[in-house]
Amino acid sequence: MSLLRVTSPHTSGQGQVMTVMRDVLVATLPGVLILTAYFGPGTLINIVFGGLIAVATEYAIMALRGRDPRVAISDLSILVTSTLLCIALPPYAPWWLIVIGILTAVLLGKQVFGGLGYNPFNPAMVGYVVLLISFPVQMSAWASPRGLTEVPGLADTLRHVFAPGTIDAVTAATPLDLLRQNTGLLFEDLLTNSPELTGWGGIGWFEVNLAFLAGGVWLLYRRIFTWHAPIAMLAALGACALIGYDGGSSESGGSALFHLFSGATMFAAFFIITDPVSSAVSNKGRLVFGALIGALIYLIRTLGNYPDAVAFAVLILNFCAPFIDHYTQPKVYGTGSPES
Amino acid sequence: MRTIHDIHGGIHPPERKALSRPGDLQRAPIPPVLVLPVRQHLGVPALPVVAVGDTVMGGQLLAEAQGVMSVPVHAPTSGTVAAIESRPIAHASGLTDQCIVIQTDGDDHWLAFEGITSWRETDPARLVERIREAGIAGLGGAGFPTAVKLSPGPARSIETLLINGTECEPYITADDTLMQCRADELVEGAHILAHILSADSILIGIEDNKPDAIARVQAAISRAGATIELATFPTKYPSGGEKQIIEILTGQQVPSGGIPADIGIVCVNPGTAVATQQAIIDGKPLTHRIVTLTGEALAAPQNVSACLGTPITQLLEHAALSAEAQQRIIHGGPMMGFAVSDLNAPITKITNCLLAPTATELPLPEPAQPCIRCGHCAEACPASLLPQQLYWYARAKDQEQLAEHRLFDCIECGACAYVCPSQIPLVQYYRAAKGQIRDSEQEKRRSDNSRERFEARQARLEAETAAREAKRAARKAAAQSQAAKNGSDPIQEAIERAKARKAEQEPNP
Repeated sequence: MSLLRVTSPHTSGQGQVMTVMRDVLVATLPGVLILTAYFGPGTLINIVFGGLIAVATEYAIMALRGRDPRVAISDLSILVTSTLLCIALPPYAPWWLIVIGILTAVLLGKQVFGGLGYNPFNPAMVGYVVLLISFPVQMSAWASPRGLTEVPGLADTLRHVFAPGTIDAVTAATPLDLLRQNTGLLFEDLLTNSPELTGWGGIGWFEVNLAFLAGGVWLLYRRIFTWHAPIAMLAALGACALIGYDGGSSESGGSALFHLFSGATMFAAFFIITDPVSSAVSNKGRLVFGALIGALIYLIRTLGNYPDAVAFAVLILNFCAPFIDHYTQPKVYGTGSPES
Repeated sequence: MRTIHDIHGGIHPPERKALSRPGDLQRAPIPPVLVLPVRQHLGVPALPVVAVGDTVMGGQLLAEAQGVMSVPVHAPTSGTVAAIESRPIAHASGLTDQCIVIQTDGDDHWLAFEGITSWRETDPARLVERIREAGIAGLGGAGFPTAVKLSPGPARSIETLLINGTECEPYITADDTLMQCRADELVEGAHILAHILSADSILIGIEDNKPDAIARVQAAISRAGATIELATFPTKYPSGGEKQIIEILTGQQVPSGGIPADIGIVCVNPGTAVATQQAIIDGKPLTHRIVTLTGEALAAPQNVSACLGTPITQLLEHAALSAEAQQRIIHGGPMMGFAVSDLNAPITKITNCLLAPTATELPLPEPAQPCIRCGHCAEACPASLLPQQLYWYARAKDQEQLAEHRLFDCIECGACAYVCPSQIPLVQYYRAAKGQIRDSEQEKRRSDNSRERFEARQARLEAETAAREAKRAARKAAAQSQAAKNGSDPIQEAIERAKARKAEQEPNP
């Protein structure tokens, strides 16, 4: 018999990078379904088309780098990046927008830094911000929800995406756009005047946020990440909105509920800022990280030039993560009074 | 009821303890050859006092302690000293060490021992001496000389003796078995230890996954009419770490870099307490210990009382090993044990378990994937470290940051590596980094030493030169003053003398 020599520990838990990534993908399903239900199959097309481009790009780069591309693909991390970016893109975005976004995310967001685990910024948000700055028109053309207009079918959707301009796109301002552009109306009047704003976060948006919240809670239950960053972000955003809400004047920034359940709030809280690679590492650090993102989202939404603010807030805090880490090291056993 | 505190982190790996049938203690056969390393403890090796060819009796001293951080070695049975030579030992790095090899005679003749029954009236210092003479080193795994632990010094007053019956490593049931089978000895041993330490209270801590041991120990405490407190607490790995059990039972933390005695606690393994009882009451040295033989590659997993020095291969044979083509034999448990590199290596005072798993039972780790900073490791770390930061710094060999992130507070429990989804061998990185830091510290000490030596030499040489100069100056001054006194020039006179000598030596033309 020959003896096998390996070092301890000789046993390991069930966790794998692949299962983590798979769970994240599964958790996006409710949100994607609701998006599809309200805005048509555009998001689905984004995800499938973007996923293909992303996998091909990752495969090519890993092969170029002399690594086994199949190993890199099989951890599913590339699909998480592409799916998150494609959820954030407007449905019926032209195909070249998706391609540019994915290439930016995979190449500039991830691979130039050394691939999985080495990227200082959230790759999906890198792709999103580059698109938002470079192609503001296409990026702000969000589809109008079912109920206001007819939602295009699959064939029309494909035509929208792959032959842009051949048919008229059906777009509408998002609730956050409306709030941003509002200059004279009281918040209450804005709600009554704009059919898009029915409900807490606007038609469809409340449900979309609820669905992403559900997916996020499931991920929490699966212990994919801890509650610290998402809860801190939601609490900070809610608190800022409470402070900034003056009862609904035209200057007002929208109620706390509106901010929590509109735009990309829940999607950001549970799917974007929870990206472990680019966030702070300790639980205390993640509280700070999440809270600052929440506050920044509110500030950019109400004071900035862009209707939604998740991508900028996340990228700015990605910059700060090492700094936060430095000041939030947990108290090590035996170096002070025990943590309660 | 005592308040049970929680520790940070921890994991719940499958326990697999029933496999080795805890509580059912067997006797391992005496092997034909015993291999007794002179160092089975932490510290200085013992010095052999027998010679090849000597006949020895069971319990006879084979090697004596050298200094304070050392314990002696005794013969576990009768026989002949066949060799004193370097042999493979059970060590993580597969080292060899000096061993006393005994050819056993099968008669198992023993020396007669005399115990100290009136230990309550005996000077603690004498009892400590007896414990040292009995060769007792911590049986929990570290092998720290017990006599040293029992001498915390006058500056530290000990309030609590803590018997650590946690045994949190999966698979291992040696302490469980000991507590079930030798509960009375354990209680008496605890009293002796508390007497030595003048400890006010005795606390026995057992994880709640060992109900039988808890019941037996409780019964033994009642029988003894003792005021020993038995505390049970929820099962979690690594609650049995010394620092961890102290926090669980007292809420206090041992200061970083300190020892439990700093906060008035001495923590010993139940096996050590029983060995103490045998050493004091029976006068018997430590020659046997309980070893768990377990794993699915063994047809007859069990707990045995085995002679120290029994080759590992003998015990595995006894437990009917059916080895795989590539068999892993783990000395210790699956979390912290090391893979044995030579089956002829013997068991020692620190061997609590031999684990022979099948490949499906404990699969080998997959190739490591990139760290995704998920932070599961930080949540699992019982020392509240940031394992992933340590990993990055270990890879970068950034010793300053490693110190900043308190690498040396890592107890190498393996919880971080257990939960890592990327299967990174984190503990191995920390061990390597610790080794590198120790190396560079030693290197620094060496270079400091040689610099000091060089500077000292330089100073000495300068002093010598200065002294010579001074002497010369003094001589010169003396000569000049002499000349001044005589009214003649000594140099001129010397030249004259030399000329005269030359003139004499040169032959006339």
